[in-house]
Amino acid sequence: MCGIAGIIYRDGSTHPIGDEMTRMLQSMKHRGPDSTGYALYGAPENGNLVMRYKLADANTARDFEYEDRLRRHRFEVESRLATLGATLHEVEEETPYAFRVTFGFDGELQLLADLVEDIPDAEVLSLGRSLEIVKDLGDAESVHETYGLHSFAGTHAIGHVRMATESEVDIAGAHPYWAYPYSDVAVVHNGQLTNYFYWRRRLERAGRRFMSECDSKIIAVYLAKEMSEGLSLEEAMHKSLDELDGVFTYIAVTKDELGVAKDELAAKPLVLYESDDLVALASEEIAIRQLLGHEIETYDPYEREVLVWQR
Amino acid sequence: MAAIGERRITYDARGLAEPHAEAPRIAEIDGTTARFDAADLTIRTINLELRRLVYEEGVTDVVIDNPASRHSLGVGILTRCSITFNGSLGYFACGLIDGPEVHITGRVGWSACENMMSGVVVVDSNAGSLTGAAMRGGDLVVKGRVGARTGIDQKGGTIIVLGSAGSMTGFMMQRGRMIICGDVGPGLGDSMYDGDIYVAGAIKSLGIDCVPGEWTDADTELIERKFSNHGLGSPPAFQKFVCGKALYNYDSLEPAERKLVI
Repeated sequence: MCGIAGIIYRDGSTHPIGDEMTRMLQSMKHRGPDSTGYALYGAPENGNLVMRYKLADANTARDFEYEDRLRRHRFEVESRLATLGATLHEVEEETPYAFRVTFGFDGELQLLADLVEDIPDAEVLSLGRSLEIVKDLGDAESVHETYGLHSFAGTHAIGHVRMATESEVDIAGAHPYWAYPYSDVAVVHNGQLTNYFYWRRRLERAGRRFMSECDSKIIAVYLAKEMSEGLSLEEAMHKSLDELDGVFTYIAVTKDELGVAKDELAAKPLVLYESDDLVALASEEIAIRQLLGHEIETYDPYEREVLVWQR
Repeated sequence: MAAIGERRITYDARGLAEPHAEAPRIAEIDGTTARFDAADLTIRTINLELRRLVYEEGVTDVVIDNPASRHSLGVGILTRCSITFNGSLGYFACGLIDGPEVHITGRVGWSACENMMSGVVVVDSNAGSLTGAAMRGGDLVVKGRVGARTGIDQKGGTIIVLGSAGSMTGFMMQRGRMIICGDVGPGLGDSMYDGDIYVAGAIKSLGIDCVPGEWTDADTELIERKFSNHGLGSPPAFQKFVCGKALYNYDSLEPAERKLVI
């Protein structure tokens, strides 16, 4: 089933989006209790890059060497970043297995991500100047608590509560997905893609890699590839309606845009609220009501609709 | 520290964690009318309070404030009464009802009035997809727009939509009437078996075996009566669509059935 949500402040003002997205996602816990994920856009820090990566899962077997392995792999990540010429500013240990690193770097992001993910069990969850993806098992409140999202302020965010249908319940299977290797692009998806393997093979031949078996990752990589070839987010999303098969409502975000697309059957729900300063959308109106305490006017977009907003 | 089996549940969208919930008895009852605020209640206790009022207290007119877009409110009420929801409802609003006249001042989510048997439901704003799914009787009036697959599997009753409707409206409809004043999306009346669909706006495309129908005086009478019953003003000009009866075999019996007839 899954639940998705998005918020964007159209005037570009900063709000406590970590808290707001948590309230939205927690109200939709019944749509997906397996895992919860956030893609949050904060203020860029002096042109530094932010990378979030994980070295294990909450449910990875804790064998005798577990802690030692984490220590070695973390050291390996940091030394590989340094070898590439990145200047590390800060490393935060969010959990024993998930980390947030800020660093200065001018080189190629794909090479950097590949070198990190070459380390066993490592996965880059997000890489960008303002994008940060946080995802883990459990409901929104427990992820919010574990990762200290109450202090996260920003301009726009998307979120996802997952009920796994076709891949593992782990961090690699949780949304949102970062659009490897392009910075600051992320996607959440409710639905199933039926031409997943077709697109996975095509994108792999074009040099993309997939750390997850989840079909939704395709959308993020597909959109980012189209955008790198010159399309705008809106054009790429329109193109995806014809090129992706299956049922979907997905929300895509870049550093200053948030867009939503629905398949031609309008098979998956989406409720939309628009005002002059805020756009909020979610699988159920009850999630939007967590942001606004009063009665609101909302509607459900139709089939094949693509809507994009700027901050 | 909670004892084993007493784990505190902080979240309960479906009301399943309250097997022993009782009606909160907070409504202000005045003769046959009653009113209560649902802001601090759970889905289950809102429904229990509503049922207590209409079944046990002899109340015929209930007003519920602050439903706050929650799911499954007002379901399964099987007696004649009048219910007003001041605000929006979530999914599965007023499903399975038989008798009540319901007024919702906001919008409803997916699957509103699913399997409704009789009564009247008026929604002042928009509705989600699957509105009036498998509906069997009564009138459902949506004054805004509706999502996709409105009246899917409809088996009776009348659905009136003043705004536009999405794709596959009237999908597999079997009986009843649907009156859409705005535009409709692709696949109108796809695979319908029977029933009438009236559309005033533009139609993106007709579904399989949905064909224009012949307009009769009975159609004019029906639409004028429904519009005047619900105070909807003067009706616009409609086109009528019916089943072409080319997709299914209506007259031929299954081999086993044929033996019984002979």
